[in-house]
Amino acid sequence: MSRRLPPTDVVVVGLGWTGSILAYELCRAGLRVTAIERGPWRDTPTDFPTTTAPDELRYSIRHDLFVRPAQETLTFRNNRDQTALPIRRWGSFLPGNGVGGAGVHWNGQTWRWHPWDFTFHSSSVERYGAAFLPHDHMMQDWGVTYEELEESFDRFEYLCGISGKAGNLKGEIQAGGNPFEGPRQREFPTRPMQMTAAPDLFARAARELGWKPFPQPSANLSEAYTNPYGCKLAPCTYCGFCERFGCGNFSKSSPQTCVLPVLVRHPGFEARTECQVTKVNLSADGRRATGVTYVDTAGQAWEQPAALVLLCAYQLFNVRLLLLSGIGKPYDPATGEGVVGRNYAYQVTGGATGFFGEDRLFNPFIGAGSVGMVADEFNADNFDHGPAGFVGGASLACILSNGRPITTRPVPPGTPRWGGAWKRATRENYNRWAAVGLQGSVMPYRGNYLDLDPTYKDAYGLPLLRMTFDFPENERKLSRFAVDRCVEAVQAMGAHTVRRNEISGPYDIVPYQSTHNTGGAIMGSAPKTSVTNKYCQVWDVPNVFLAGACLFPMNAGFNPTGPVGALAYWAADAIRDRYLPNPGPLVPA
Amino acid sequence: MRALLLLCVLLLGADGAQADSQDWTQVERGRYLATAGDCVACHKAPEGVAASDYAGGRPIETPFGLIKAANITPDVETGIGRWSAEDFARAMREGVRPDGAHLYPAFPYPWYTRMSRADMDAVYAFLRTIPPARHGVDRSTLPFPFNIRLAMLGWNWLFFEPGELRPDPTKSAEWNRGAYLVEGPGHCGACHTPMNALGGSRASQAFAGQALQGWIAPNIGGSEALGIGAWGVEDVVQYLRTGATAWTRASGPMAEVVEFSTSRMTAADLRAIAIYLKDQPPRGPAPPQPLAAEAPGTQAGEALYIDNCAACHRRDGAGVAGMIPSLKENQITVQPGAETLVRVVLTGVRSAATDAEPTAPGMPAFGWRLDDRQVAALLTYVRNAWGNAAPEVTAELAQRQRARLTDPVP
Repeated sequence: MSRRLPPTDVVVVGLGWTGSILAYELCRAGLRVTAIERGPWRDTPTDFPTTTAPDELRYSIRHDLFVRPAQETLTFRNNRDQTALPIRRWGSFLPGNGVGGAGVHWNGQTWRWHPWDFTFHSSSVERYGAAFLPHDHMMQDWGVTYEELEESFDRFEYLCGISGKAGNLKGEIQAGGNPFEGPRQREFPTRPMQMTAAPDLFARAARELGWKPFPQPSANLSEAYTNPYGCKLAPCTYCGFCERFGCGNFSKSSPQTCVLPVLVRHPGFEARTECQVTKVNLSADGRRATGVTYVDTAGQAWEQPAALVLLCAYQLFNVRLLLLSGIGKPYDPATGEGVVGRNYAYQVTGGATGFFGEDRLFNPFIGAGSVGMVADEFNADNFDHGPAGFVGGASLACILSNGRPITTRPVPPGTPRWGGAWKRATRENYNRWAAVGLQGSVMPYRGNYLDLDPTYKDAYGLPLLRMTFDFPENERKLSRFAVDRCVEAVQAMGAHTVRRNEISGPYDIVPYQSTHNTGGAIMGSAPKTSVTNKYCQVWDVPNVFLAGACLFPMNAGFNPTGPVGALAYWAADAIRDRYLPNPGPLVPA
Repeated sequence: MRALLLLCVLLLGADGAQADSQDWTQVERGRYLATAGDCVACHKAPEGVAASDYAGGRPIETPFGLIKAANITPDVETGIGRWSAEDFARAMREGVRPDGAHLYPAFPYPWYTRMSRADMDAVYAFLRTIPPARHGVDRSTLPFPFNIRLAMLGWNWLFFEPGELRPDPTKSAEWNRGAYLVEGPGHCGACHTPMNALGGSRASQAFAGQALQGWIAPNIGGSEALGIGAWGVEDVVQYLRTGATAWTRASGPMAEVVEFSTSRMTAADLRAIAIYLKDQPPRGPAPPQPLAAEAPGTQAGEALYIDNCAACHRRDGAGVAGMIPSLKENQITVQPGAETLVRVVLTGVRSAATDAEPTAPGMPAFGWRLDDRQVAALLTYVRNAWGNAAPEVTAELAQRQRARLTDPVP
């Protein structure tokens, strides 16, 4: 039996990047905001002190910062003919947990997605014709454009203090930046990171190949920075413990460094941690959210009434919460109807690892999650896809993020997996390897989707989310094409041996690939084909707004945090300037 | 007519010492003075004990033992609900309770005595407005012979000079305002002026700093090497308002002072404090010659510094402006006593968070991975590198600090 609490103005479910941005912006608009977070409170000096944060075993291997599968997991299958089984240890992706969410343990690669990405369907049809698009695709535009989001991208970058070099200032291409990026109104807030040996070598090789490499826009900061909220960051020390770790040096942009110092001081804000939201409660007619129900660590259920509910959990868990709450019609792959669960997408990863002679020393232990050089020639629609025969693209990057002792031990193909020969190869190659990686788009397809599992339940007796996914032929073509480019680059860098890393066989949930899951509760321009309108407002329940990558109708060749942050500001503006003066649907259905 | 009569009564009341407790201006003035006096620093109840900021019970460490601060909410049983304004003024002015018992100078009446009666009444009026909290505090925790309150009669005769501060007509109004705040409600000298063996303030060494409660309350006099002689007035104001300057950050007990008190004071008052403090004569020992780079332990200290500290504080000790304190040209590094430095290395520390400086960077603890000799070598190096010069830090000090911190105040 749940106990009812006094009402609040806004409930935020999940206190990560989007939850903290929306909470602070709405507190500043005068609202009382209650954030409910499943995991623990986390702060820089108390939880990630520099003396204990760089612990590969605890964080990288034992997944200390991630959600425990016993708390919440999902079931997985490659296609509808299989029976999905629960994931009992995270592999392919690592959902965050606790205050700061994935914003704590990310690498900090911060992109504005291409203008093309937001109109990927109509632009592809226009250039290549509808017949060129892959079989069974569910491609559709976002309903919002790059031009509309430009200011929001800018605000997120200045919140974080992103280190980078502009490639396109108000339409003028800038030397040293990404010439393919959409126009930006001003330069990055801080200068690019200092490059290490491997990215430098890659940049030289890329130029020889006729590409235009540029520094990875980075949330590991090149210099000290004070953001518009007054929060401060210190320069990165290149310690090589970003991904899967919290940063003890205040050098990585995160909710902890960029928002929470001011948010926790705001009298309108309250956080409840270690409380799991199990349901968004609806009015009898289902047209209005009345609040949420959550369960605390003692097992007590509480009802928190609220005028506005913002779902800011990780992509997968936002989708599950919608399904558990009966918000939006669940997607049915048999008919193609319904909206919640459709357009689930992932990313193509891989690349080429090169092994070099004795004249090269890369010192991989000098690294950071976003120290690297990128080539964007084969991403989005930056090249002619006609001869390539697929839709989408990939960014190629040389980012030597770490030389951590347990997992960073690349050896050339053919080396035994253990024993004296493996030890010798490890010793010889630890400092003499460099990789060029790719991050490739995945289009939405009829058969890749999320729904509730018919069999497996969580600790509260609620059905787990079920993921049905595999890489279609279009993405496999992209993988082969982009890995070929990576191999060219590594060869041009002078490697004597090159290992290809590419998709083979069905998508495998076990080896880590990317925590860039997207879709399932997408934004769009029509209620029949999307969960929210262009303002991230749920069509059917206008006092519920969504945040995060669940809104993306496709997945691109870049990391998703840039548009995730931009859409949070976009939604905050819409709530404050459009919804609050006149609560109701912001776009007529 | 009745209203007019009432108004007359109110106006008359506001004029006298026994002020009207509902006078908003007076209550707000009292609230501000209570903030400037940082009453909550001691009178705040330990977390979870009582809801009120003024319900008392927090143990205060003195050289003579622990004293628990009184409940100063207007609760009639456990607080000061039965006190009149006269009673309150007597406690502030003379250190004597209404029942005649003497208070210990852990309650800084030797400073509060300098406040005007009107200001004392304002604080009293403010304290009357806070919700009474029923919270009994054991007020006799000192061991024998210090538990004999009558002994304070002798102490007062030796060290206590009651009476309101007289303005110095040769100085500016701003200087005099600063003097009033520093010497009166702010009671800066309670920590920053060295005490003699009996706990009396040594006026000849005013603001020269001392070891207290396992920290160094640093020199805040006019010395350039040790005090704030090299600081500008604006630097002092910024430090007190925000908790940080480009080269240093308030931490430890001073972080509380900034958070509870100085960050909430007016810019004009902070400026007055800065002007008064900047006008203090330089006191404290002359800086020693820096220890030679080849001195025993210095090289080990440098190696320890590079491995443990340089990533944040940088190889040249300069830190990160406004974020990570500089270790050079920072007076806290070269205070004659190294208690603060040792403590910070052993346990880590978190700096003050204020509206102006919401990020409160923290330093992690190193006590679990550096032994006493290493801590001593490291700090001896830091105190004599980059132009610093300060006495050697001994392993015995590190050991003493460690013992005190692993056997914490109950």
